Amino acid sequence: MSFINFLNKPKNELESASKLPPVASDENEPSKACPECHRQIPLSQLWANCNCCRDCGYHFRMNARQRIHCFTDADSFKEFDPELQSEDFLAFPGYKKKLELTETVSGEKEAVTCGTALVRGLECCLFVMDPYFMMGSMGTAVGEKITRLFEYATRHRLPVVGFTVSGGARMQEGLLSLMQMAKTSGAVQRHSDAGLLYITVLTNPTTGGVTASFAMEGDIILAEPKATVGFAGARVIEQTTRKKLPQGFQTSEFMLEHGFVDAIAPRDKQRQIISTLLKMHSGGGQDAG
Amino acid sequence: MPDKAAIDRVKTARSNNRPTGVDFIENLFSDFIELHGDRRYADDPAIVGGIAYLGSMPVTVIAMEKGHGARERMSRNFGAPNPEGYRKACRLMKQAEKFGRPVVCIVDTSGAYCGIEAEERGQGQAIAENLMVMMSLRTPVISVLIGEGGSGGALALAAADEVWMLENAVYSVISPEGCASILWRDASKAAEAAQSLKLTAQDALELEAIERVIPENDLGKDAFYSALKEQLIARFGSLSELTPDALTERRYMRFRKLGTKNLKEADHAV
Repeated sequence: MSFINFLNKPKNELESASKLPPVASDENEPSKACPECHRQIPLSQLWANCNCCRDCGYHFRMNARQRIHCFTDADSFKEFDPELQSEDFLAFPGYKKKLELTETVSGEKEAVTCGTALVRGLECCLFVMDPYFMMGSMGTAVGEKITRLFEYATRHRLPVVGFTVSGGARMQEGLLSLMQMAKTSGAVQRHSDAGLLYITVLTNPTTGGVTASFAMEGDIILAEPKATVGFAGARVIEQTTRKKLPQGFQTSEFMLEHGFVDAIAPRDKQRQIISTLLKMHSGGGQDAG
Repeated sequence: MPDKAAIDRVKTARSNNRPTGVDFIENLFSDFIELHGDRRYADDPAIVGGIAYLGSMPVTVIAMEKGHGARERMSRNFGAPNPEGYRKACRLMKQAEKFGRPVVCIVDTSGAYCGIEAEERGQGQAIAENLMVMMSLRTPVISVLIGEGGSGGALALAAADEVWMLENAVYSVISPEGCASILWRDASKAAEAAQSLKLTAQDALELEAIERVIPENDLGKDAFYSALKEQLIARFGSLSELTPDALTERRYMRFRKLGTKNLKEADHAV
């Protein structure tokens, strides 16, 4: 349920870097320290490697546009509902301002980007959530965009691939945010009943109401290495149980060990794994009609 | 309905003196036979399920139970279900579908349990599966929120054809305390958060997230239960006239429309 108060954090350099023209690597180029191996990585190199550390493989966060660029075939992405966005219909304290600021800083109108794309020549419907838009929280616009995507995929008999990242339901939209969990689940169920494939890729972090709805509803559930994946927040669990959390609690590897994730999919293997899965299911499946 | 601060309704909804799920089972139904266990791991005492008569109609009943008194409340985990509770509910709903029985869910929880083992057993996955199953269940479901409707843990038994709330029940995406501590880093501002979250039954009705508000004038008395029982019988009577296809289409559209009114660029045909 929580979201990162990202406006207090320094502006994401990666985002700016992605909008700059490519420059030759030089000593003055801005770099970023890898939190795992502490190496300084020039931004252009990081960007070229899908925001992963070349040395230790650490997966940095990435915004929706970067991810679409890395995952889909060049120029194949066609976006749906780019203008759709939530309003502050509850007059919730600070929400209107937060939406405006978030839009300015992230350049996005909402926390999910949806559309169709090709992955190694195979067509799919795609949604990508954005950690830089209120930590991918799900409000009414996110729920509506995901629902429309699944409805489109069902009508056109297309598989859906979805990258999740979320702090959960967006509290600033109250009960109607919560209702999006049921609404999106209904749309996923209809897509599933039509015999169509849905692959989710859980990225860091996938929590709360998104975990408890469409993130965990895939036919095949993949996860990026070492992503935080869970329902309740780790701090809340610590406070509730007064127990020390085990090592590696609520990570992709933990979810794999406990049987809730099919496989860990590192970013540089995702195109290959997912396109193979799409191909294996391209026979059309069983039409439950 | 008298004007009452949202936080006061939260306090009333959480009160230990309110009737709990089992009280509703005892007073609304007859010949209740409890069915235990999720057939996978355990039986969750925070969710009580079984088959009973509603008037002359066999129904599946699934109720969250907080318990009365300190000892029973502890044994019920204060009404905070574990994944096995949701999986038991899921099993019983599918059983109801198989035998064409309507389902009544009684919802009262501060939320799904936040525990290490709950995460290990897939709390998120258990709730998600319930949502998918309920959204396509081919038998009528009515959920009644009798106290706390705490986030996804409550919704997991409320993806229903109709959702009713008792006058002092609350339904919220997050607890007022949790909201206040995120928003203002101050859990003592829960009253303001409760107001902002629009979590009362009247708010939920205005947001079209529920169909009915049940007055509490005679709460816990025979008159209260018999009135609620008559309403359930009447509503199941009309829902049962729908074909399973029409029923699931209606339920899908019920949730499909929620949130669409308040979007920018929402002129797209749904």
